[in-house]
Amino acid sequence: MAHFTKAKSLHDWLNQRLAIDTLRRVLATEYWIPKNINFLWAMGMVLAITFGLLLVSGIFLLMYYQPNVDLAFDSVNYTIMQEVGYGWLWRHIHGVAASVVFLIIYIHMFTGIYYGSYKNGREMIWISGMLLFVAFSAEAFSGYMLPWGQMSYWAGMVITNLFAGGSLHADGLVEWIRGDYVPGQAFLNRFFMLHVLLIPLAILGLIGLHFGALRIPHVNNQDGEEIDFDAEAKKYLSGDKAGSKVIRFVNDFLAKDMMVVGIFLILFFYLVFYHYDFAMDPVNFDPADGLKTPAHIYPEWYFLWSYEILRPFSTDVGLIAFAFAQVIFFALPFLDKSPNAVPASRRGLFKVWFWLMLIDMIILTAMGKVPPEGVFSTIGLYAALTFIGLWIALPIITKFEKKA
Amino acid sequence: MKELLILAVVTFFTLVTYYLVEPFAHSQMHKHIESEGFAYKDIPALTKKGDATRGADLVAANCTGCHGIEKAGMPAPMDPVSAAQSFGVNPPDLSNAGTVFDAKFLAALIKDPAKALMVEHKFDPAKGKMHPMVPFYGAGGDLDQEVADMVAYLQSIAPKQEELTPAMAFETACGRCHAIHYPYNKDGKLHAAWTQIGEKPAFKKKQDELAFEQKVLDYQDALKKYMGTLPPDLSMYIRSRGEHYIKTFVENPQNYLKGTAMPRVGVSAESAEKVIEHLEDVGDSKRHERESVGRYVMIYIIIFAIFAILWKKEVWRDLH
Repeated sequence: MAHFTKAKSLHDWLNQRLAIDTLRRVLATEYWIPKNINFLWAMGMVLAITFGLLLVSGIFLLMYYQPNVDLAFDSVNYTIMQEVGYGWLWRHIHGVAASVVFLIIYIHMFTGIYYGSYKNGREMIWISGMLLFVAFSAEAFSGYMLPWGQMSYWAGMVITNLFAGGSLHADGLVEWIRGDYVPGQAFLNRFFMLHVLLIPLAILGLIGLHFGALRIPHVNNQDGEEIDFDAEAKKYLSGDKAGSKVIRFVNDFLAKDMMVVGIFLILFFYLVFYHYDFAMDPVNFDPADGLKTPAHIYPEWYFLWSYEILRPFSTDVGLIAFAFAQVIFFALPFLDKSPNAVPASRRGLFKVWFWLMLIDMIILTAMGKVPPEGVFSTIGLYAALTFIGLWIALPIITKFEKKA
Repeated sequence: MKELLILAVVTFFTLVTYYLVEPFAHSQMHKHIESEGFAYKDIPALTKKGDATRGADLVAANCTGCHGIEKAGMPAPMDPVSAAQSFGVNPPDLSNAGTVFDAKFLAALIKDPAKALMVEHKFDPAKGKMHPMVPFYGAGGDLDQEVADMVAYLQSIAPKQEELTPAMAFETACGRCHAIHYPYNKDGKLHAAWTQIGEKPAFKKKQDELAFEQKVLDYQDALKKYMGTLPPDLSMYIRSRGEHYIKTFVENPQNYLKGTAMPRVGVSAESAEKVIEHLEDVGDSKRHERESVGRYVMIYIIIFAIFAILWKKEVWRDLH
């Protein structure tokens, strides 16, 4: 057993038992971050704060929400929105944060792709991040079921139908998932459980993994420069803060993070109070009705690009393309054959690939929402083919990439 | 400088995506209908000045067989359920009609209900389908003058626009077909849920409550038969449809749903605002709180951001 002495202070008492000084040093003050970064490096903190908002607002909503097909709609739209003091505030924070968190996730992902922060030892950061993306997607989808409005019901119907696998006609699997022939009480209970317990647990674990994955390869920087963190840290600690290429996580990096968080929160709360409609589809303010299909069924904006990869093809081809779109981002570190971990602007054809991918996904997103008719179908089809084509081209163009 | 450029790029792609997914996509999915401001341009203006005293006799002789006028001490001839079973829908009490409905619409309605209500596709005399409200063919004098007199009478007994509450406007214009199952607070008072036969009272005995609910169901059955489907509960319509849709739909239901059984209601522009206010009172009752809390949160968060920026500058002074 370790030797304990009589504590001189509470700090000392805790320190002997929990090594809080060491923890603080390792996790905060001497956790080194490159100095050569821009505000995009703060997206991780913005995501952490937004997740915190989702968690806290979710806990409040959970106190009044009723996971029952007869009560769910009114428990949200009447009890929470109108009876409970400030229930509307928690719901709007929850709804808007659920949408905004995906905007930040996409910015975070494209930042990683642009600066090559997924290779040369950083593969696990990328993969754990993609796992988080999948977990957040499942969390968003299951949460969308809970108000039991028209869009909840019909999106639940459409998405669970995908598991029939087209021509495979695995209807038994679909019924097994739903616990019924159509979305009903069993379905709502299951998605409620997933939304408030299982998936949040997975997200918390994955956030730990994501942070842990950063530890050894360290955070990337704006020029993809390989930094000798030990030497630079020594330089910093000896007093040459300006000359060192690294900064402390706390307070140096945190100060910049909080500046970005502060500005982000202005936008966020503006949306919460004055522009929440984009995150809360009007159709979902009609109670679920299994006998009345809405004129347009579409997922929330962050799923539209993958939905549009499903839509323009025949059922089976569409499902294969959809499955491809769901997993292909995981393979990015291995499909990019170039050893260059520098910004896309210095990577020749990859630069073109990056901007094409970004624009193509925005086009897919737009086409995923509009009715699949006429010119929109054609644009959607070509955008989906471009998406697949870009991934096929990636190993080829990166293989021939010159050393930067 | 470089950070501002990056911010500009991120903002640009975010806004493009927002524009495509929201305003653009919605413009493609829903046709846009401009409001006429409840002008009812297809209905001719009133040419005659009405006389309320003469109108009182005309209304008593021609309308009160089916309509009650509580304000003038004339109760409805039938209870709502029997009335709905006879006519399809309970004929409205006319106490507030003179304020809730547009004057020239009332005149057109008295002369030709099916036409004014825009339900001629449903009630075609040639096919033997008559509108349950019988047109007024005149009492022997100048038809236009008589109709103007009746309208003048209805206006004379109706509450003034400023006395008309949002709930009254809703009940007269919408409440015989549409329920609102959410109770709501207004001016410090809790109002009960609205059914097609009136506010649901608080019952002491379960038997009385069940008897009331049975009446509501009987009424709804008659209404279903008359309209083809039960008109929707409007509790959340302010969020599911929004103000613009509701206004342009009420102005002319055929705009959106060609052939719908929903009649043109003929509310005046001021009363339409009140109906909207009532829907906000029941479906978005915390809107005032949202605005005031929003203001304080924005002030707080802007101050927070300023401090965060100052802190960053302070910390980074030594790092450059």
